[in-house]
Amino acid sequence: MGKTIAEKILSRASGTENARPDDYVVAEIDLAMIHDAWGHVGPILMKAGVERVWDTERIVTVFDHFNPPPTVKDAEAYKIGREAVEKYGIKYNYGQNAGVCHQVFVEKGHIRPGMLIVGTDSHTMTYGALGAAGASLGFSEMAYVAANGKLWFKVPKTMKFTLNGRLAPRVTAKDVILYLAGKYSVNVAQYMSVEYYGEIIRSMSLAGRMTLANMTAEIGAKFAFVDVDETVYEYLKGRTDAPYEPVYADEDAVYENEYTEDLTALVPQVAMPFAVDNVAPASTLGDVKINQCVLGSCTNGRLEDLRAAADILRGKKVSPKVNFLVIPASTEVYRAAMHEGLIDVFLEAGAVVCHACCGPCNGGHLGLLAEGEVCLSSSSRNFKNRMGAPGSEVYLASPATVAASGVTGRITDPRDF
Amino acid sequence: MLANIEGRAWKFGDNIDTDVICAGRYINSLPEEMAQHVLESLRPEFASSVEKGDVILAGVWFGSGSSRETAPTAIKALGIGAVVAESFARNFYRNAIGVGLAAITCKGASEAFKEGDRLCVSFADMTITDVTNGKKLPFEAFPEEMLQVIHAGGIENLLRQSHTRA
Repeated sequence: MGKTIAEKILSRASGTENARPDDYVVAEIDLAMIHDAWGHVGPILMKAGVERVWDTERIVTVFDHFNPPPTVKDAEAYKIGREAVEKYGIKYNYGQNAGVCHQVFVEKGHIRPGMLIVGTDSHTMTYGALGAAGASLGFSEMAYVAANGKLWFKVPKTMKFTLNGRLAPRVTAKDVILYLAGKYSVNVAQYMSVEYYGEIIRSMSLAGRMTLANMTAEIGAKFAFVDVDETVYEYLKGRTDAPYEPVYADEDAVYENEYTEDLTALVPQVAMPFAVDNVAPASTLGDVKINQCVLGSCTNGRLEDLRAAADILRGKKVSPKVNFLVIPASTEVYRAAMHEGLIDVFLEAGAVVCHACCGPCNGGHLGLLAEGEVCLSSSSRNFKNRMGAPGSEVYLASPATVAASGVTGRITDPRDF
Repeated sequence: MLANIEGRAWKFGDNIDTDVICAGRYINSLPEEMAQHVLESLRPEFASSVEKGDVILAGVWFGSGSSRETAPTAIKALGIGAVVAESFARNFYRNAIGVGLAAITCKGASEAFKEGDRLCVSFADMTITDVTNGKKLPFEAFPEEMLQVIHAGGIENLLRQSHTRA
């Protein structure tokens, strides 16, 4: 019987011939990603008497969520984290000036097709855009991995989306995943691996694939995989010399569910509070007034996203009722945007441009909300209590929708521009 | 984690996410501080009313969202004895067992047991009894890989053991 991508990667990593759904296997880890979590993982390792990590070159690090620290207790966590990174001799430490973990490690060539990667962040499956298995872990399990280089995994069932047609202008990967969440619900992929195929994928940029893989976390998935092709090979040229072997599902792989969609008629979508599957077309939400816009995050903070927003903001002004925050996902993105003149477009329009970091996405800093305030964000989650006061609200949308809405001060379909 | 747990049931719905359990801004707070904010945006009186050994009763996919370990850590610090749910999101489940919070999968629990009932969890016979209405349900066995974590007393202990052996 054939294998799905997840079954193949977990079989290979665990040295078993036939890892099947619901089996538990112990797998060797190719790469471990630890961000600010070092402030917690470090002490756990030290308390357990761990003197050396399993491999100083297979742990990659960047400090992104609370950088620079907004409170003293966050600063102390960072101090502890930095000391741990130094103690354990982590070679690839991108420090506090590189940007958001998932963006940085992709840019630096650490992510390659076929790898088994774990990370202290629930969007680790973003790496599925390059055909890598990315699973998220908590602090303690990550400490176990850091010391031992392996961990037990339940082999997930796999489901498949085949997405056909061609996306209309100003309709993007973000609209695709919001639409899928809205239609199939946040529980459709619980505990599963999700594979994406089809015409839409073939014509989708790597940036768009990262958005798709990233938000597959919101439909409950354990792994996301976007079909690996030329787009990935081209991206990796010049970013890595390391060999890699893309993993493809067998012809006779068994899928728990298979869904096919034609997305030619897809229109810009918005996820309304407080669930990612509470989705409606942007054009139906014109009565929602907003106080804050966020253009950024590992979901949609890439150059392509900034360009899409700048396209709309060029020559226009952000509504005086809106605080429009631009937060590039990495310093590389920030500099490229700068060289293209996009930063000037944002500043001229009246936006606030921040350094590359996670920003207010998870309520850490740089734009929390008061009771009754509304934010339209290009990030991935709109749970109650996430970005500020319990009575604040977050709506999610594509960069283009966020930009258009920033100008009008209400949720606006970007095709109106 | 293997001694009986007995306490009042606090009932919640489906897809209770880690932002309502313990918001991201508390990630570097002490457990005692985090505990005070657990589920406050859904039930403001919850944290201050919980007594040691009480049980959170929930629907499907408890703990969805972030992989933050502070979610189960905060619940445990509050004194909750167990979370009994129809199902758990994978990160929360693994993290909960890893930090020594009993995450118990019990199909039918949210139908059979009511808010405010007294529940008794027995690991010896893998059942939950609603002392108030007499109903009794079996709960799912822990996978073997999780059992090793439970028997070690949490993943930090397992880590210590795995290291002294090497």
